[in-house]
Formats: sequence, C-alpha cells, structure tokens
Amino acid sequence: MQPLSPAEWEVLVLSLKVGGVAIVATLPVAFGLAWMLARWRFPGKVLIDAVVHLPLVLPPVVTGWLLLLAFSPNAPFGAFLERTLGLTFLFRWTGAALAAGVMALPLMVRAMRLSLEGVDRRLESAARTLGAGPWRTFIRVTLPLSANGVLAALVLGFARSVGEFGATITFASNIPGETQTLPLAIYSALQIPGSDSQVVRLAGLSVLLSVAALVLSEWLIRRSGQQRGRHVI
Amino acid sequence: MSFDIALSLRRGERSLEYAFTAGSGLTALFGPSGAGKTSLLDAIAGLLRPDKGRITVGGTTLFDSAAHIDVKPQKRHCGYVFQDLRLFPHISVRRNLAFGRKAYGGLDWDHTLDLLGIGGLLERMPATLSGGEAQRVAIGRALLSTPDFLLMDEPLASVDAARRDEILRLVERIRDEMRLPILYVSHDRAEVERLAQTIVPV
Repeated sequence: MQPLSPAEWEVLVLSLKVGGVAIVATLPVAFGLAWMLARWRFPGKVLIDAVVHLPLVLPPVVTGWLLLLAFSPNAPFGAFLERTLGLTFLFRWTGAALAAGVMALPLMVRAMRLSLEGVDRRLESAARTLGAGPWRTFIRVTLPLSANGVLAALVLGFARSVGEFGATITFASNIPGETQTLPLAIYSALQIPGSDSQVVRLAGLSVLLSVAALVLSEWLIRRSGQQRGRHVI
Repeated sequence: MSFDIALSLRRGERSLEYAFTAGSGLTALFGPSGAGKTSLLDAIAGLLRPDKGRITVGGTTLFDSAAHIDVKPQKRHCGYVFQDLRLFPHISVRRNLAFGRKAYGGLDWDHTLDLLGIGGLLERMPATLSGGEAQRVAIGRALLSTPDFLLMDEPLASVDAARRDEILRLVERIRDEMRLPILYVSHDRAEVERLAQTIVPV
C-alpha cells in the first residue's frame, strides 16, 4: 500500500483538528448539561433532555440546516457572534467543528450523565463531614470517581466528530483544506471515476480511527466500573 | 451539656420526633432498626435538614429553625463514623486518613495510628481491607479531622464477632483518653450497657 499523499495527510490532519476542537469546545457544555440532568430536579427537565438528544434522532441534514439558520451571518445570532467575537462559521473549518460538536453533544452528555449518576452520593456527604465544602468535594471525590466516564465520553465524542458527515456538508460545505474532513473526502473521491485506491485508503483510515476510539472508550468505561466495584467495605 | 437536642424531621411518610439532653462521655441511642437513629445522626451532621427544632452540641448551636441557624456540614466539626464506613475507594488508606486533617494543630498523626493499630495499612486501598481494618480506618479518618464530637453509627455492624471486642475497647479508649463527646447508635443492649454513660431510647 502506498503512503498517504500530501492531500490525504491534509484531510487527516484537518479531521483531527476539527474533531479535537469540537470535543474540547463541547466538553464544558456537555458536562454542565450532564450535571444538570444527573443532579438537579426542575420543571422542564424532560424538555432539556429531549433537546439535547435531538441531534441523535434528527436527520443530520436537518441539524445542519438548523445550524445554518442560527449561525449564518444573516441570522441575528450569527451576526452577533461575528460582530462581538469575530467568529464566523460558514464555509470555515470552525463551522465543521461546530457541526461536529453539536452532533457529538448527545453522546457525550449521555456518557457523562451515566458516570455522574454512578457516583455514590454517600461518599460526597462523607467528604462534607470531613470539612470539605461543595467545591473541594467535587474536585476530590466526584470528579475522580467520574473521570473515566468523562474521558470515555470525550473519546466517543471525538470518534463521532471525526465521522460527522451530513450536518457538516450542509452547514460548512465540502471545501478541500478547509472543511473537507475524512468522510467528506471519501464522498468526493467516490464522485471521481478511477479513484478507488484513494477511497480504500481514506476509508481504512477512518475505520482505524473509529475502532481505536471505541476500544479506548470501552476500556475506560470498564476501568471505572471496576474502580466503583471495589469500594464496598 | 454535650448534646442538647429537640427536633422533628420527616422521612417519607413518617414524622420523627427526638428530644434529649446528655452530659459528657458516651451517649447511646438505643433502639430497634428502622427507628430513625441514623436519620438523627445525619441531622446532627448537617446532612439532613430537620423540619424544625434545635441542635446544640457542647454549647454550640448547629441548627435552630426559630433563629434561622443552619451551620453547613463542613463547618460542624463533627467526626462521623458511618455504618457503611464510606471510605473513599479511589485513594489509599493514607490519603483517606489525611482527607479531613487540619494543616496544623490537629490530632497527633502517629499517636492516632498507634491507638488504632492501622500504621501498617497506609499504602493499602480500601477495597483490600478486612471489615475490622476498614472500621478502624473509618474511625481514624473521623478522629484525624480533629472533631469537636463524634457520631458513631453501629460501628460493630461490619466487624465479625472475633473482632468486636477489639473495636469496643477502642471506643472505650477514645471515650476515656480523648474526652470527646460521643453519640453512639446501637441496637445491642449489652454493647450499650458496657459503653454508655447515658442511654437514650429511640
């Protein structure tokens, strides 16, 4: 098999960049939502839960179109972002990252929520009686006990981001070197007769990335289960 | 008065009322399982909010619904030995013991480890401890936070019969040497009669 061509390298690096930025930016939002859903009780919780899960059940092209409605420079919100933060998303790699992040959000929230719900609240109350306030309890008890789940969520979200297609092509378009991540490059190569070997290599790459992410997240989840199982007296 | 308590709290359908005062030494809350003894300890530790009433320990008011006093659990200086121990599973015995330790002016580390006989367990993880060892570590963790008073919830529950006497002697030493007011929950009459200066039926 031939080594990757410069164009293919560019696709790979861009995919990793888009996936990485997407999950790093989504992490705090996803963790906040997971915390809210796992720990708080408030009216309208079901609604928030549903909205968070929308990208999972909507056709990705609809999600992409909704992003277009919200973030295009012609839309009030998109114009506001451009004016205040200088952020533009259309036809930019940042748009690909935004689309990927939104698509990864439900998966990340689910995994983090599960791991937070698995933390024994009785250990938190023990920390409180030992003089730790809520923040110290969070840092020293809750976070370490849910850390593997949060990491697993990151890995899963990364795999989802790198594989994102429908919302990205709708919202950020398919521009080589700017928004053309692995799946989009495979799609483009499929349109050109005689580029079978390139399709095979790109598809192989994305299989490799996905399997690695899956194995890593499974391992992290299993490890956190073991750690929790060990704390019985 | 070490403990001066009058409060009511709701657990599910039931409304529980408590009222007692107790002097120094060890006070046993004695009664059948399900009588709400643990709920009372939780309320004193600040983990459970009573509907109304007052909790005063050693002259300090920790809760008073009429005066709107509700001291946060981390400010109550209470050493709570839970029935289910609640050792932190992700850190070593050493770090469990150090969790609530004051930076200075606290209880002497070596002396406490000696008293409890847990000096050899420091690098172990909680999951690898036997019932008696875990119980002593849990007591040590509470003591090393240098509390103003101690709450002990059925400390013999997770200990096999052969080790019960060892833990009982330990509780006696803590009672006599450290002069900490202790509120001790048990459903065992012999245990209570051996340890307690004051017995409060619940």
